[in-house]
Amino acid sequence: MSKPLLGVVLGAILGAIDGLTAWFTPAVRDQIGGIVIGSTIKGIIAGVAIGFFAKKFHSLPIGILFGLAVGALLAYLVALMQGGYYLEIVLPGSLVGLIVGFATQKYGKTTATANS
Amino acid sequence: MWLSDNKLNHLRTIVGDPDFSSTKYTFIKELARGGMGTVYLAEDRELNRLVAIKVLNTPEVTYDLRNRMIREAQIIARLEHPGIVPVHDVGTLPDGRVFYAMKFVRGSRLDEYAAQHASLRDRLRKFQAACDAVAFAHAHGVIHRDLKPQNIMIGSFGEVLVLDWGVAKICDRLWSAVPWHRFGQSGGKPPHSKEAPDTIEGTVIGTRDYMSPEQALGEISQLDERADVYSLGAVLHFLLKDQPKVSKAAKAICLKATASAKEDRYSSASELSADIGRLLDAEPVSAYHENALEKVSRWISKNRFLVLLVLAYLLMRIFFAFTSRR
Repeated sequence: MSKPLLGVVLGAILGAIDGLTAWFTPAVRDQIGGIVIGSTIKGIIAGVAIGFFAKKFHSLPIGILFGLAVGALLAYLVALMQGGYYLEIVLPGSLVGLIVGFATQKYGKTTATANS
Repeated sequence: MWLSDNKLNHLRTIVGDPDFSSTKYTFIKELARGGMGTVYLAEDRELNRLVAIKVLNTPEVTYDLRNRMIREAQIIARLEHPGIVPVHDVGTLPDGRVFYAMKFVRGSRLDEYAAQHASLRDRLRKFQAACDAVAFAHAHGVIHRDLKPQNIMIGSFGEVLVLDWGVAKICDRLWSAVPWHRFGQSGGKPPHSKEAPDTIEGTVIGTRDYMSPEQALGEISQLDERADVYSLGAVLHFLLKDQPKVSKAAKAICLKATASAKEDRYSSASELSADIGRLLDAEPVSAYHENALEKVSRWISKNRFLVLLVLAYLLMRIFFAFTSRR
């Protein structure tokens, strides 16, 4: 699987799982559908960015840091829109970004480009 | 005239040292002495570099011994591989002894290296490089027949070199299967040194602890690349025996390589090398069928960081789930 595709797939799966965990928070349980959709979209956006970054830069530490930063930024924006739960949204969101950053660097396939 | 013991010993040494006066080499010192020849350190005056020169031990040589030495040089010269010491020159000394000059390798033998480097991964990497060099020789129709830690050298930059091809055998089956056209041989025909003297059936050649059962029985005509696979397996056993934690897969590779029946061994050194590579990459090896638990455990140890990240994520989620219920 190419790095961008791996980023998208992993971002979507982890984003959806991250959204589903909102079920454990009784105050937002009734909004779980919207949260899962939003979280999945957030995961896909993060995955695309992290995947393309991994395709361009081949460095595990830099990839992890980039994933962490993208995950944190997007989660912060979501928390900002929610108007609360900063710690509950930003911390796991950052960790999801970190995981995607690590996975795309380590497992994603680098496609060779031929120069004509 | 009276001569002291010291002077007598000195004279004996001078007489025993080879006379390189008719060559471009300057004698420096003796490096190692074997059954057939002695290896000396010398300086190549033309190229201003150090070389190792192997010289037959005695000038009273039989035609067979002389040919054997020349054949050894020809075999090594044909095997152009980073893992095989290159031959620079071959010639005859004024006293009639055949010699050949080769690259002088600075470093230590595998047994000495293993005594200083305990890391199993490092040892396995070096072992794999030796397997690759032997596999290259097999691809050229040559069987080493005396593989042991003392004949594997680790250079000062970590390079691995297989030495002492003095008892190497050109295997008929391998020889005829070599795609000579790929090695630049005109018309795809083999080069003309196959006629060199071969060992008589029943002769035991090699080192007891590292030789295959068929080699120990002197079944010269039965020897093929799997005899070297056995010796490599014995070398692997030597590298593993003082390790505190050896995986079942590593043990299985060792057992398969040193199987008594050659049909049960790896069919080639490259197959053995591939399994060592898989072992190093935490991939399943062909010599060992792992159960589900071992598969999971190998996957976890290979992806330790990812597993830790996912666990950290899950712990964080559990923590938030509990705190948000209050």
